[in-house]
Amino acid sequence: MRKRFQLKGGFSAADLLRQNAVPILFLFMCILGVIVSGQNIRYIAQELVSRLARNWFLVLSLIIPVTAGLGLNFAIVLGAMAGQVGLIVATHYKIPGLLGLSVAVVLSVPIAVLLGISVGHVLNLARGREMITSMMLGFFANGLYLLVFLFMVGTVIPVDNPEIMLDSGVGLRGTIELKYCKYALDNLLKVRLFGVNIPVATFGVVIALCLGIRWLYKTKLGQELRAVGQDMAVASVAGINVDRTRITAMVMSTVLASIGQIIFLQNMGVINTFNSHEQIGTVAIASILVGGASVTSATVGHGLAGTLLFQLLFIVSPSAGQRLMGNAQVGEFFRVFIGYGIIAVALLIHSWERKVSLESASRQSALKGQAKATGNM
Amino acid sequence: MIDSLKRIVKAVGLPRLTIVLFLVALLVIGYVNRLPIPMLLSNSLVRVGMNGIMVLAMVPSVQSGAGLNFGLPIGIIAGLIGMLVVMEFKIGGFLGLAIALLIACVLGVASGYVYGLILNRVRGQEMMIGTYAGFSIVSAMCMFWILAPFKNPEMIWVISGKGLRTTLPVSDSLTQILDKSWEFPIFGIKVPTGLLLTFALACVLLGVFNQTKLGISMRMAGANPAFAMSCGINVDKMRILGTVLSIALGAMGMVIYCQSLGLVQLYRAPLMMAFPAVAAVLIGGASARKATVWNAVLGTVLFQTLLTIALPVTRSVIEGDISEVAKTIISNGMILYALTRKEGDG
Repeated sequence: MRKRFQLKGGFSAADLLRQNAVPILFLFMCILGVIVSGQNIRYIAQELVSRLARNWFLVLSLIIPVTAGLGLNFAIVLGAMAGQVGLIVATHYKIPGLLGLSVAVVLSVPIAVLLGISVGHVLNLARGREMITSMMLGFFANGLYLLVFLFMVGTVIPVDNPEIMLDSGVGLRGTIELKYCKYALDNLLKVRLFGVNIPVATFGVVIALCLGIRWLYKTKLGQELRAVGQDMAVASVAGINVDRTRITAMVMSTVLASIGQIIFLQNMGVINTFNSHEQIGTVAIASILVGGASVTSATVGHGLAGTLLFQLLFIVSPSAGQRLMGNAQVGEFFRVFIGYGIIAVALLIHSWERKVSLESASRQSALKGQAKATGNM
Repeated sequence: MIDSLKRIVKAVGLPRLTIVLFLVALLVIGYVNRLPIPMLLSNSLVRVGMNGIMVLAMVPSVQSGAGLNFGLPIGIIAGLIGMLVVMEFKIGGFLGLAIALLIACVLGVASGYVYGLILNRVRGQEMMIGTYAGFSIVSAMCMFWILAPFKNPEMIWVISGKGLRTTLPVSDSLTQILDKSWEFPIFGIKVPTGLLLTFALACVLLGVFNQTKLGISMRMAGANPAFAMSCGINVDKMRILGTVLSIALGAMGMVIYCQSLGLVQLYRAPLMMAFPAVAAVLIGGASARKATVWNAVLGTVLFQTLLTIALPVTRSVIEGDISEVAKTIISNGMILYALTRKEGDG
């Protein structure tokens, strides 16, 4: 990275600073928070490691749609739902350990593929409004999810398992304990370093995903995804099936999110049946934005660094709030606010920049744009 | 036969037709199951009056070209502050209501102006930015509710002695003050005259405003910005005007909502309140580019009646409270439907 900036000549340090303004700002906030909170460093480290293992995979599932020009995929919530369905079924049949997790993955992947295809189709209908549409899809699917698991389990779907269902025999419990496959992945290979337990296997999976994404971008499909993300009209002229490529991107993202949610929940050890998936979209997107990603560009590095900073802020803000304002709740609300606020600001900056670049474009490019529009039809 | 049916479907619109049929089906099931239909209808009337003005708030925003106002929580917060101030100083009755409305209106206009300035810089992304601007404001206000200098012991937490409670009961003299004015029963249906008249007044005022020179310029700026500009209309200003009107209406609508509910709900409660309002105006036949007062009225009546009746009827058929779920599915589904249609129709 640095080399490239220096090649351009001049203000490399200033450029670097400006390009990474958001992560640097958050780094300072985190350092301040750690100092103010006065918490034990070992506690913070342990908490951070386990949160990173929990969240990294999910955050990384956002990257592919950004590359394909679909913006931040709020519909990873649907993938998370698929993952939960898999885990609930595995718990229902009392399948223990890693086998249980594998069954959950095997079950949730086809659901996620189906959901991803539908999401892709809907987003193809809503070009230029992908993000709001994916967000509304998340809310809408949440309604259907509630309908199925609150009202149809036990009535339409014949299930009888008092362990996971309400006493009335209809609907699932609000919290389902993952008795059989809790920590299955985390405990597979644990290393203790400086008094901090590190779930090596989970991080191994995350590293595999990082390498997988890098590899994907070198393949033909990866090139097509990028081409579509840069300019749909040009990609279409080049013979790429744009609609299909966009759907592929959504399917990959949804499947990754479903696996990510399974990793997330095996670390939590318990499913909040009706809430676990809700916040996933906001938290993951805020994380990747904190890492310096934008609506049009996101890398593995953004995802990894952003999650680290965001989760660190998450850990320290309640006690920092307690110290500064005399109320831990203030800190808790503060981190919620940061989550929403960072997304609002990132979107604001993005459309601002786009407007400026549109206005500064010359008449010639306006003509080009017209040609593009006709090309689209 | 089929052609004329098709024409009817096209004229009424598929979503409205589905909802009307669904509503009729619910009423029939309710009647068969011997549910108290008049009571259900009275409740529906109250809920139409409660939510109507917030749905109406979508109209000026769409007309001025700023799109559906997903930033409605900004106005809702202004309305909440109006209510809280009145409750803090224990001002009851119509005076209290008037002061709450005034404060809500002033704060709504101010925040709407700032919000309008932002929206003018982010054309094409108003819905997304509005949603997250609303979310951010609501979560920022969560911190404010804890730290705000309210002293009335009935409003703050007993133990810590500071910070507003999550749910605050409105004083008796203010609760349902509009609902109960000139209330009269007809066929066993209680008609909340004051509440409905307030909603009607808001609709008429907005309708009249639409016919003034300013209103016409605003609508022109929304319908055809290029043409409006060539007529010497300042499109940016008109969009701000529409947003200000929308946020101010949302703020006052929230005051009306609170007095009718008898509760002020703080913290996370206003987070998702924009979506049902957006869905209602869409159900009424509006789109992201076209909306009328009539769309808002029709949408509110259909949506709120459906929600009110759906709960007891479904409860008589299956166990559990399905109305929240139905609300989520219908409102978000309706918004999705509108988003996936081509601009302009919908």
